[in-house]
Amino acid sequence: MQLMADRDYKISSACGVLGIMNENGRRFSGENIMKGIALMRERSNGLGGGFAAHGIYPDYKDYYAFHMLFETEIAKNITEEYFKLHYKFIKSEPIPTRQIPEIKNSPLIWRYFLEPKNIGVFETESDFVVSTVMHINQNIKDAFVASSGKNMGVFKGVGYPEDIGRFFRLEEYGAYIWTAHGRFPTNTVAWWGGAHPFGLLDWTVVHNGEISSYGINKRYLENYGYKCSFFTDTEVITYLFDLLIRKHELPIEMAAKVVAATFWSEIDRLPEKQKELHETLRIIYSSALLNGPFAVILANNNMMVGINDRIKLRPLVAARKDDFVFVSSEESAIRETEPVLDEVWTPKGGEPVIGRLKI
Amino acid sequence: MEYLGGSVLRIDAKGIHYKELNEKINEVVLSGAKDIVLDNINGQRYIGDNLSGSDVKITINGVPGNDLAAFMDGPTIVVNANAQDALCNTMNSGKVVIHGSVGDIAGYAMRGGKLFIKNNVGYRSGIHMKSYKDLFPVIIVGGTTGDFFGEYMAGGMGIVLGLNSDLKKSVVGNYIGTGMHGGVIYLRGNVEDYQLGKEIKKFDLDDNDRAALKKHLSEFAADLNLDLKDIYNDKFVKLIPYTHRPYGKLYAY
Repeated sequence: MQLMADRDYKISSACGVLGIMNENGRRFSGENIMKGIALMRERSNGLGGGFAAHGIYPDYKDYYAFHMLFETEIAKNITEEYFKLHYKFIKSEPIPTRQIPEIKNSPLIWRYFLEPKNIGVFETESDFVVSTVMHINQNIKDAFVASSGKNMGVFKGVGYPEDIGRFFRLEEYGAYIWTAHGRFPTNTVAWWGGAHPFGLLDWTVVHNGEISSYGINKRYLENYGYKCSFFTDTEVITYLFDLLIRKHELPIEMAAKVVAATFWSEIDRLPEKQKELHETLRIIYSSALLNGPFAVILANNNMMVGINDRIKLRPLVAARKDDFVFVSSEESAIRETEPVLDEVWTPKGGEPVIGRLKI
Repeated sequence: MEYLGGSVLRIDAKGIHYKELNEKINEVVLSGAKDIVLDNINGQRYIGDNLSGSDVKITINGVPGNDLAAFMDGPTIVVNANAQDALCNTMNSGKVVIHGSVGDIAGYAMRGGKLFIKNNVGYRSGIHMKSYKDLFPVIIVGGTTGDFFGEYMAGGMGIVLGLNSDLKKSVVGNYIGTGMHGGVIYLRGNVEDYQLGKEIKKFDLDDNDRAALKKHLSEFAADLNLDLKDIYNDKFVKLIPYTHRPYGKLYAY
């Protein structure tokens, strides 16, 4: 039997993350982010790499773009049958790839532009799409949703990120937010579906670290209909932000204080009004606290957010240049894409760096 | 690689992998180069690691990668940019001067030598520094620090100046000196008790402290071309552990 890293043995190290956003919505090619993440090659081990790209499908921006991974033809057929029951097909095609020796054993990779039909009276369109994603990931064997939002997509697989990027021909896409991940898997098996970024609706998450509260977070999310089928930290992080921001309508600053909650000792020193707010957040959302080391880059079509655990157990650097915002595990990766920067800083633990779309 | 006059050696590091670069540096140091300039550095790790020779000087133009000067024993490294994480990891002796800011765990387990940083440091700077006989590590931060400065510190000296701050806020974060059981920290301005780890206490400076500050800060100012006047006479607090074995009784019945 072939040994699988982290199912059968554990390698401990650190992943690399990088995010670039143009706040004016100006689209730029994937060339730069591939260069940046390649500089941090030492932070990954070839067992996973991926990219999220927001703004890539302007011609189909009104339709849900499903990026799908299938291990078998049968899984593809079953998924398409399921899609046809619930969505109008606007377009379906294989995602263009380039055959390179570094990338082996790729699954069938397809994208579908879909329009939901027969949405229930008591269901929002987003919830409808979420339930489709949950159904496929949970019930259709060998079929996995890589992303399911409008005008965006996730490209990921097993390999070094720069190779995955070339495999998916990312230099041919234009996005106003790109995030990237080089994986050094610690606790889960390396496979195409489990690579980062994780996507749901237009949310994408890349992550370096290890969430020790995984079990608590997972059980909490199950109360709201989220089914964690990937066994990865990234999955629970994505669902948590979807719950907090889309469903509970918390502003990102407040959602950040839920996952990286203010220490009780610090709450004691806050002015009365703020004290009440932070106490309330901690009490209501105690099961949404992310414990353990993390550096996360969260994005949707309107923003890109870098955030650390409260005591900064993973590196995160931020920078600005004109209308670009950068977050990265290492400053050098940012400088590889943009040598001259207006401002570089290291955010404090638990304090989000937020890039917002201004249009 | 090109030789410029006397013994100055310039290496253009653009796009060179750290392994090749560090082999090259080792090679030229072994063959007698004393003054090495590295241009177009970006992200190359492990520069100066385990390098010895107190008359060797390396000047770095660009942002070097993690673990710069780890285990270094003697040389001087000057960085004309920011630096990343784990700077001077377990360094034995020598000097590292940064004309910018640095990432987390700068001076991690430093055994000796000096680390001078013009601007700010991230989290856990000076973690587990220690001194031994005539080896005495010194970290001076011109700006401010993140949380856990001097965590588990066992020896040596940390000085934080907050030159870029108005000192209305403390120059350090929280959990300063957590688990500290040796060495000394001097902070310009003041620090609140809640910012300190449970093992350390604040003290006023005496004449010996001022003399030590004067000595180290003069060298810091000279190396970074700063005019600090008589900053060593400013208001400082001294932090030292009040027991050498904070956990000595923890496992004892």
